[in-house]
Amino acid sequence: MAGISRDDVANLARLARIDMTPAELDHLASELGVILNAVARVQEVAGQNVPPTSHPLPLQNVYRKDEVVPSLTPEAALSAAPASEAQRFKVPKILGEEA
Amino acid sequence: MIIKRNAADMAAALANGETTSVALTQAHLDRIAEVDKDVHAFLYVDTEGALAQAALADQKRAAGKKLSPLAGIPLALKDVMVQKGIPTTCGSKMLEGWRPPYDSTVVSKLRAADVVILGKTNMDEFAMGSSTENSAYGPTHNPWDLSRIPGGSGGGSSASLAAFEAPLAIGTDTGGSIRQPAAVTGTVGVKPTYGGVSRYGLVAFSSSLDQAGPCGRTVLDTALLHETIAGHDPKDSTSINATVPAIVIAAKNGNVKGLKIGVIKELQGEGYQAGVLNRFNESLELLAGLGAEIIEVSCSYFEYALAAYYLIAPSECSSNLARFDAMRYGIRVGDKSGVSAEEVMNLTREVGFGREVKRRIILGTYALSSGYYDAYYGSAQKVRTLIKQDFDNAFTKTDVLVSPTAPTTAFKIGEKADDPIAMYLNDIATIPVNMAGICGMSLPSGLADEDNLPAGFQIMAPAMKDDRLYNVGAALESALLSKWGAPILSHVSGLGARA
Repeated sequence: MAGISRDDVANLARLARIDMTPAELDHLASELGVILNAVARVQEVAGQNVPPTSHPLPLQNVYRKDEVVPSLTPEAALSAAPASEAQRFKVPKILGEEA
Repeated sequence: MIIKRNAADMAAALANGETTSVALTQAHLDRIAEVDKDVHAFLYVDTEGALAQAALADQKRAAGKKLSPLAGIPLALKDVMVQKGIPTTCGSKMLEGWRPPYDSTVVSKLRAADVVILGKTNMDEFAMGSSTENSAYGPTHNPWDLSRIPGGSGGGSSASLAAFEAPLAIGTDTGGSIRQPAAVTGTVGVKPTYGGVSRYGLVAFSSSLDQAGPCGRTVLDTALLHETIAGHDPKDSTSINATVPAIVIAAKNGNVKGLKIGVIKELQGEGYQAGVLNRFNESLELLAGLGAEIIEVSCSYFEYALAAYYLIAPSECSSNLARFDAMRYGIRVGDKSGVSAEEVMNLTREVGFGREVKRRIILGTYALSSGYYDAYYGSAQKVRTLIKQDFDNAFTKTDVLVSPTAPTTAFKIGEKADDPIAMYLNDIATIPVNMAGICGMSLPSGLADEDNLPAGFQIMAPAMKDDRLYNVGAALESALLSKWGAPILSHVSGLGARA
């Protein structure tokens, strides 16, 4: 059955943008192994002839009318921002972080 | 005392001038002040706002305006639902101090109906859990026994009802978060048909499963609230554009004569507490005595539902919770010169999310990752189809399906905290309903023999047949009340001096 290593968890945590301590990585690796073994049984009945269901309602392409309606003011939209400047969200540097 | 009445009776008392909404609201605020230090159902109490809403309802009544059936009645709102200007944390450190700049559609509808919102109720972080122990702000305690869990994720909402801190509450149900808390607190809760109540302003956990719904102490109260919040919403693209079934009428009628009620073979037996099964079987006998035909049905793929759920829900959560990136709202950690946006995200999400949320994000990230997608998420989606087919087949022979809501009564706080699989088993009977997008109700079936704690009876009906839940629920509730002689919550004792 699927095993999951500490390195696997470290990679997943990186993809999910969550820093984790070495202790957390160890703990999660063992826990996820147990959980994955329990949930892997879905494969027993998921034959090729079974169509997948992603959503309970058979809805497709729901559009609304393209009408102008009241929206948040810039002040309201920025009211919970950790930092803002000149009616914009102010964020830490995003350039030059990856080669 | 007035706080012990049902919402429908409170509404009558307001209509005939026996009391005012301000007095009714103050009585509930007093009750919260008295008992919530022990129960911890509320994360935030909006004393000023609630009294202002109550005064407005009283003014409208005095002016002879036409009012909704629940005008002036207080309500507790699960903290996953945004209310403009009122702190909304979802039980997470990530959103500590956040005051949303807009109202959810459910809140807009409650306001339009002059319902008084008392405050925000505690929950498992981002609605992930079955006990409220995953709240970053500490657990809620079950009013039946403060050392026990009130269910989850909506344990604050269910506990507030059982503790008479509010006569009505809003919950959300992704895998049982309305029904299981209702079961273990002796209250009523309904997961409406998927798309029946707007998700606009409901902080998303698993979008194809999440559904907001009503909680109350009686079937009729729950129906009145359901009708208040239901209906199509253009702001939610998955909202059903159809007439809401006649829920309140069904709750007033409660007639099961000639109805076919299917007992799901797979949702009983091993793993279910004997006292819970005893109360379930007694309820079946009562329904049969009222003229219902009881049939056993088999839903053979339900045994895979839990496994499929714990792939689908974490997968969707890993995507939905990507929005908590420390850039536009919520907390931000480690933002100083030279630290990149990505590092700030990593640090913030490390600090902001609790253990269960991280566990599910990582599990979902794995299930969706290249090389594993087909084996895990893809297979789970196929199981979802099989579960839907099981329900479709069962409903060709029956009008409603029934089961115990949860396999056990309320367990002790801390008892399952270190065993995720044992915790997940709480939702074994409630999850199939979410997977198929149909509707389900839990109502109290009595007290289990072993521990004198409430057990829940679950009713399930096809999509957009929510009225059937209320019809059957009302009939059973009435038969049980005759048998008991007093409402189940009259057995809650030891809370507050005036209880």
